[in-house]
Amino acid sequence: MTAPPLLEARGIRRRFGHVHALDGADFSVAAGEICALVGDNGAGKSTLVKILSGADRPDEGEILLAGEKVRLESPAVAQRLGIATVYQDLALAPELAPFENLFLGREAMRPGLLGWLGFVDRSAMQRRAAEQFADLGVRLRSARVPISSLSGGQRQSVAIARAAMWANRVIFMDEPTAALGVVQTGRVLNLIRQVRDRGIAVVLISHNMPQVLEVADRIEVLRLGRRVARFAAAEASVERLVAAMTSGSAEAARTPA
Amino acid sequence: MTAAIHPARETEADAPSAAERWQHLLGGGWIFILLLALIAIFAVLRPAQFGSSYNLSMLAVNAAILLVLSVGQTFVIIAAGIDLSVGTVLVFASITSALVMLHLSGASGSTYGTTSGGWGVVLAGLVVALLSGAFWGAVNGVLVAVARIPALIVTLGTFGMALGFAQIMTNGTDVRAVPETLVDRIGAGTLAGIPVLVLIAVATAALGGVVLHLTRFGVHVFAVGSNEEAARRSGIDVRARLIAIYTLSGTLAGVAAMMSTARFATTTIGGHAMDNLATISAVVLGGTSLFGGIGSIAGTVVGVFIPIVLLNGFVILGIPPFWQTVATGAVLVLAVWIDQLKRRARERG
Ligand SMILES: Nc1ncnc2c1ncn2[C@@H]1O[C@H](COP(=O)(O)OP(=O)(O)O)[C@@H](O)[C@H]1O
Ligand SMILES: [Mg+2]
Repeated sequence: MTAPPLLEARGIRRRFGHVHALDGADFSVAAGEICALVGDNGAGKSTLVKILSGADRPDEGEILLAGEKVRLESPAVAQRLGIATVYQDLALAPELAPFENLFLGREAMRPGLLGWLGFVDRSAMQRRAAEQFADLGVRLRSARVPISSLSGGQRQSVAIARAAMWANRVIFMDEPTAALGVVQTGRVLNLIRQVRDRGIAVVLISHNMPQVLEVADRIEVLRLGRRVARFAAAEASVERLVAAMTSGSAEAARTPA
Repeated sequence: MTAAIHPARETEADAPSAAERWQHLLGGGWIFILLLALIAIFAVLRPAQFGSSYNLSMLAVNAAILLVLSVGQTFVIIAAGIDLSVGTVLVFASITSALVMLHLSGASGSTYGTTSGGWGVVLAGLVVALLSGAFWGAVNGVLVAVARIPALIVTLGTFGMALGFAQIMTNGTDVRAVPETLVDRIGAGTLAGIPVLVLIAVATAALGGVVLHLTRFGVHVFAVGSNEEAARRSGIDVRARLIAIYTLSGTLAGVAAMMSTARFATTTIGGHAMDNLATISAVVLGGTSLFGGIGSIAGTVVGVFIPIVLLNGFVILGIPPFWQTVATGAVLVLAVWIDQLKRRARERG
């Protein structure tokens, strides 16, 4: 038995010229689970994530958030609904400190007249950033040095911590550990679990099958723009995932969700 | 049900370590130490001339106009832009404001000397100067932010246009009659013994520092310069910020225009072609990165004074003043080189 989906996509179609990037794709993710979205190159994963995070619009199909139909017109609309994306290229300001990046575009203002005049409350932001990092088990050399002086893993952790700070429902991550070494990958995966344990739905795109099996609670497989299989992590294996990705094999597709 | 390992819930000491403080001092503060060293050397070698209150106050007056322009340039460069038009926008604003003040004083266009215009006329001139500066700044901002033309080209274009229009309006000759009130009370005036021009520059720098370092607008200036795409994705209205930043720079050129007219009792069409390079080098000397995202007003203040103190010291010591140009150029190259070394060191880890 699975939890009711928090975010669900039904029959999504998206065409680029003659290319059917998504050809009636379904997808669902529940609160408090890590759902891995896997598929061969060109299967439509990035396109689907863009549509579900408001960065692109489908030609057909519907999107439901907590059972209600929603129109994700823009990333801002999605963000307001509690949906965020951790971009592959991080989208952090390298010269700014981690706490400033956490609050970028959503600065905490001083109370009263000073706030009205546009003064930011640096110490409040530092305090809340330190709490956020501590809650998620992110350990930085210092919360005040610029992002560019942090390691790749720490930067990715800041990006994820920022998403978790502002998105309370769904976070998409496209290859969050692609550029990281073993130790740092371990830390980022732990962080992803922490985010999940807050009750947020995490959607993870990854090409690394052992990693997917290690961290995901559920796995959905996309092939040629359609969902061809769904697995609970316990019943999946690298062989079955690869089979579903490459042939959309009936054996995999029949596996109960 | 989760078997996730909870890492220790702690962040390491957040206060800057002694090593970090030294690094900051040597990284960002070396140019300040250089300025202090220069002042100390000249003061020791020629205490009577260099250290005299007259000389020090002349130094400050010489720096005042450049500092006001450089405050605007600091915002622009931190936002990863550049403003080559500041000097000729100053010229344009001084011409429009001087013409308006002349007209309001009821004197004819070719009058020499000063007019009897009072504070009302000066105020009207100031408003015209500010609006003229803001206009060219807004043109720069819109072309950079909306038309997405590189700032170097946009401001090179407005550099020429502002100067050209200023010359068209006056047939290329300066307006040489300005209100006596302006010249006496602002240009040569003092308040509590401090030249009014210096007070204006100090107030501008202080206000600029507060806005840049303490307000949300300031944070966004750094963010836009550090990673424009990240700023946009975070919901910051990058276009509006860029337009505001260039408009601020233009408006400050309007302030500087009034200061210049007050000081020289005439407009100075031919005198500001190099202001852009002077402000850019002051800003960069002050530790602001040409790549954007890093910088401070305090640094710019130091950067403005380096060439002025050098020139003054060389003149007093009897060294040909041409050496000042050489020395300033060398310090500038050194400053950019150090900036790049710091950046590379940081990115390595
Ligand atoms: N903006 C676009 N314009 C044209 N074709 C696109 C565009 N985005 C994606 N596609 C095509 O759609 C298909 C799915 O791409 P994508 O969603 O990136 O797959 P994945 O992320 O699974 O590798 C590919 O064939 C790709 O070339
Ligand atoms: Mg992709």
